[in-house]
Amino acid sequence: MYALVAGGGKVGSNVARSLRRMGHEVTIVEQRPYRYDRLQDEFGSQVLLGDATELHVLELAGIGRPPELVLAVTGDDEDNLIICQLAHDGYRVPKVVARVNDPRNQEHFDLLGITQTVCAVSGLLGLVEHEVPEQGLVRLLELRKENLEIVEIRIGRNSPVAGKRIGGVRVPDGTRLVSVMRNGRSELCFDSTVLRPGDQVLAVLEPGKEDELHRALVRR
Amino acid sequence: MNGGAGGDAGPSRSGGNPTGYADAVKLVVIGCGRVGASLAREFAAEGWDVTAVDEKEEAVTRLGSGWAGGFVVGHGMDADILRRADVADADAVVVATNGDNTNLVIGQVAKKRYGVECVVVRVLDPARAAFYSERGMQIVCPTQHAIGTLAQTVRKTTGILRV
Repeated sequence: MYALVAGGGKVGSNVARSLRRMGHEVTIVEQRPYRYDRLQDEFGSQVLLGDATELHVLELAGIGRPPELVLAVTGDDEDNLIICQLAHDGYRVPKVVARVNDPRNQEHFDLLGITQTVCAVSGLLGLVEHEVPEQGLVRLLELRKENLEIVEIRIGRNSPVAGKRIGGVRVPDGTRLVSVMRNGRSELCFDSTVLRPGDQVLAVLEPGKEDELHRALVRR
Repeated sequence: MNGGAGGDAGPSRSGGNPTGYADAVKLVVIGCGRVGASLAREFAAEGWDVTAVDEKEEAVTRLGSGWAGGFVVGHGMDADILRRADVADADAVVVATNGDNTNLVIGQVAKKRYGVECVVVRVLDPARAAFYSERGMQIVCPTQHAIGTLAQTVRKTTGILRV
C-alpha cells in the first residue's frame, strides 16, 4: 500500500514508522525545516519539505498515483480538513483520515464530509467519564455513518427503574436497551430482565438522546 | 452562488436605498484586517448592517472611531462566534482572514451549516483558489489578479503583446 502522511510531528512520524515496518510505502510531508532535517535521518527520501495544503507539494509527494491512504495529522485542523478534501475530491484517494486537534472543530469535519477522524482529547475525555461512575452515562462508541451511539448507563440505588422489568420500562423514542452487565457477566436484555442497582446497561441511541435516556434510567 | 448568475452576488432584498430601511441588508465580514475592515466600512457607508469578526480586539480600531456596526472578537472557526455574529441571518458573508485554509473552512461552514447563499472567500494561493471555485465556491484570488495585472502592464509598457 502507498500512504501519504501530512505532518511529521509525533503522531505523523510514529504512524509512518509503523506503516513502514508493516512493509508499506510511505511519504511524509513536513513544512518545518528543523523537523524535516530530523526526519530525513530516519526516513531519507521518503520525507518531503513543504506545505501539504499546496497542490504542487502534494503532487511531488505522489498524490496523483493516487495513494490508497492519506493521513492528515498536522497540528492545524483547518489544514487537515483541506488536505482531506483535496485528496478525496481532487485525486480520488479512497481513504482519508484526519486528526482533530480541537474537539470543537469536530462538527466542521462532520459537516464537510470528512467522516474518518481521530481526536485524542475526545478519547481521553471518554476514558475520564468511564472512571467517574457518578456521571451515570458514558459514551462508548460513536457510529458516525450509522448516526448512532452506544452508551453505558449505571443503574443507581435511586434509579426510577431499579427493581422493574425492562418490559415495563418506558424508554425514550430513538433509544434501545441492549444488554445488562451484572457481577462481571453480560446478558442481552429481554422484557423479563429485571434491572437492579449496580447494573451496567448498554444502550444504542440516536445522538442527542443521551439526556432523555439519562432522565429515564438514572435520575428520579 | 452555486450555479447562480456569476457576477450578481447582491442580496435580493436590496432596494439600493441607503437610509431608512427597517430590515437592512446584512453583511458579515470575517477577518478585520486591511481588506476586511475597508470592505466593512464601505458597505456600512452604503447603509448595510455590517458585523465584523476578528480574533484581535484591537482590529476594531481599523473600522474607525465612529463605527456603528457590530464587532465580535473571536476565531471564525468557532461555531459560537459565527452564531454571535448572526451568520445565519446574513445576506452575504465575506471571509478574509490571513489564512487560506481557515477561510476555505469558514466559507464552507457559512454556506452549508447556515445556508448563506452569498459567501465570498479570499484565497491567496491560486491553485487552491482554482480548485475550490471549480467546485462551486465564490473565490477571489488577489494573487491571480496581481499576476494578470503585472503581465498586462509589461505587455502594454513594452508594446510587445506577443513574441
